[in-house]
Amino acid sequence: MFRLLQNGVSVVAVLWALPLSAQLISRPVPSAGAVERGKKEFVIQCAGCHGSDARGEDNGPDLVRSVTVLDDEQGSLIGPVLRKGFPNDGMPPFDLSDAQVQDLAAFLRERTQAAINRNAYPLQNLLTGNAKDGEAFFNGAGRCNSCHSVTGDLAGIASRFQPAQLQTRFLYPRGGRGGPNGAQAKPITATVTTRTGPAISGTLEFIDDFTVGLRDADGYYRSFSRDVVKVDVQDPLAAHVQLLKQYTDKNMHDVLAYLVTLK
Amino acid sequence: MKKILLSAFLYAGTLVAQPLDPAKLLQPPTDSWPTYNGDYTGRRYSPLTQINQSNVGTLNLAWTRRFTAGGGRGGGGGVQIKATPLEVNGILYFAAPDNAWAVDARSGRELWHYTWVTTGGLHIGNRGFGMYGDWLYFETPDCYLVSLDAKTGKMRWNHQIADVKQEYFCGPAPMVLKNHIITGVGGDSLDVPGYLEARDPETGALQWRWNTTPRPGEPGSETWPSRASMEHGGGMTWHSGTYDPELNLYYFGTGNPNPVYAPQSRSGDNLYTCSIVALNPDTGKLVWYYQVSPHDSHDFDNVETPVLIDGEFKGQARKMLAQAARNGYFVLLDRTNGKNLLTAPFVEGLNWSKGLDADGRPIPNPDKEAKPDGTLVSPTEGGAANWFAPSFSPLTGLFYTHASESYGLDWRTDISKTPEGYGGRNQTIWMQNLLEAIDYKTGKVVWTHRYPTQGGNRSGLLSTAGGLLFGGDPTSSVFAMDPANGKMLWHAGLQSSVSNGPITFALDGRQYMVVGAGDSLYAFTLPGH
Repeated sequence: MFRLLQNGVSVVAVLWALPLSAQLISRPVPSAGAVERGKKEFVIQCAGCHGSDARGEDNGPDLVRSVTVLDDEQGSLIGPVLRKGFPNDGMPPFDLSDAQVQDLAAFLRERTQAAINRNAYPLQNLLTGNAKDGEAFFNGAGRCNSCHSVTGDLAGIASRFQPAQLQTRFLYPRGGRGGPNGAQAKPITATVTTRTGPAISGTLEFIDDFTVGLRDADGYYRSFSRDVVKVDVQDPLAAHVQLLKQYTDKNMHDVLAYLVTLK
Repeated sequence: MKKILLSAFLYAGTLVAQPLDPAKLLQPPTDSWPTYNGDYTGRRYSPLTQINQSNVGTLNLAWTRRFTAGGGRGGGGGVQIKATPLEVNGILYFAAPDNAWAVDARSGRELWHYTWVTTGGLHIGNRGFGMYGDWLYFETPDCYLVSLDAKTGKMRWNHQIADVKQEYFCGPAPMVLKNHIITGVGGDSLDVPGYLEARDPETGALQWRWNTTPRPGEPGSETWPSRASMEHGGGMTWHSGTYDPELNLYYFGTGNPNPVYAPQSRSGDNLYTCSIVALNPDTGKLVWYYQVSPHDSHDFDNVETPVLIDGEFKGQARKMLAQAARNGYFVLLDRTNGKNLLTAPFVEGLNWSKGLDADGRPIPNPDKEAKPDGTLVSPTEGGAANWFAPSFSPLTGLFYTHASESYGLDWRTDISKTPEGYGGRNQTIWMQNLLEAIDYKTGKVVWTHRYPTQGGNRSGLLSTAGGLLFGGDPTSSVFAMDPANGKMLWHAGLQSSVSNGPITFALDGRQYMVVGAGDSLYAFTLPGH
């Protein structure tokens, strides 16, 4: 979440009980070399029954969520299974060196960690919308063109952002938790009216129920106790919030399809 | 002055843990706060009145204390106090991942600090202790139930309650019900099955296990398409519940089904995930259930506290249970049998559901399931409410909860017939944090406080007979509001935002309010008491 600090720096502070990517993987990551060797071995020896991704096929069970695989440490459990096999269930014993077993264990660990690390799951095709319909929404019901111009501020935007970034940015440029960095977004401004002096306007840098802080036109940081002033906050991105309540998923996909044409 | 000095000297020399009187567990919290929610009802309501609307403006800091993790990690880079401390006979007991402390409730002085050497697991948070006599119980991120001697902080024993290598991780505050220590587990990453266990307070021996998802042939199995889908169906039990001693029923909420965002391999309602369940704590047998998010595909863990309300509903005195669920609906049930009394949305914008069925259950909208190109879903993954403790005041008849209006994108990344893990991703797009007061009789939101700062808020709430509602805001203040209308009456700035639920108790004639924020505890009292 974005939290505005009094020094005017926007920081992303994770305030939710949600793990960061780094925390999702809590066990050692195997070496790339071992994974690569294990993968080659797996394709030759195991993929026929367990699938090339180790997620199982009709003839062999899923290994990614196998308790034996998960509890394994560098072949400690997998090795004996491989060398003994399950002859009654159609799995023969395999004659493998310790190094080969460890490489296979490394490959399987890599597979489980790929399943665990959801923040690294690759997104698939986001461009399913109709660009023409997106253009019509942009200039019509969405009223995007009342603030934006495809030959002005949005010119070439598709060259600057990948579709996934564009999708989250156009929905709300200031970003949510873990969202796109809002540093380039238009700042929120505020006007503070005191009992005695003239109204003071500036960039909003801090606000809670008790204090408001803004940076005025001269660059000074001004802080006020809210019980003695009136505060009027103006968010230039308020229309984006309103649109969140309005979009159908088709609108969203169409607008993205249109924006990616703005190379 | 003389008397105060003498007292301080005596405490420094002689403060030793006294056992928890089991009768305290059955009373509203006054001189103690002996369970996660203060008592078994989950109301987080205190009958204390010394701190009240007329004097809360003078509430002042009695002490503050910062805590440093030892041994393992405290969670998220430093200590984050998500635990609600227990207060028993003048001592506060609380925990963070791999760490536990006893401190003098009068001064914050550390009496002991226990550290656990971790073997891994996600160090997201720990919600604290359960207590039985002289013995304390807490869970570690690597899924051991550890029992400590409250007098010394020395470990009595530990038992593994889940396999961290299967991506379980643990942290709820164990519930102590009669001679049962109830433990739950977490872990969404790899489609492991959820369960709840009861253990013997003296030895830690397993008494029973209840599986969230059925096994083939068991009741509920008709809501899953296959053995594999049940065995990999999730339904974690990562939060403390509530208890009705008269009915002898333990109530708690279950987590979401797995794979999380890719539900194509688990058609059906997926019982008993995303449900409120009532178990007999002596046997672990299911007595009733009510599923709040059937066939969830948005990560809407339904673990939010099921708060017990005794009161009137449509002219009839009833035993009820209320929950502000992560999916954005407030549900009121008859807790004797699980029958729905009302369901109503408590935030605007919910679009994941098509409405309610005849039993008041939200009907999921399949068009809003995660898709490869993204669906815009409200609320986002974190939900309209989450584990942050709600409160119910019998004086106002209002149910208080921190809430969020939000939108997020749900992308399905695994479109295979047999998805694994999350099978998709979520990104929050926008969020507005709120504090809401809900009339339990109608489900209507009576007042809403909209925080001016965008951001999450994990502060719990506390209501008191002094006409106060305590909580924390999304920046770094702890506050007291008028629970009738949400008017701010008092606040104090802390070093970071409130990270647990505030508690209150009376000690030596003084009412304390204690709150955790980041790595510190803060105790407030009135001057002159």
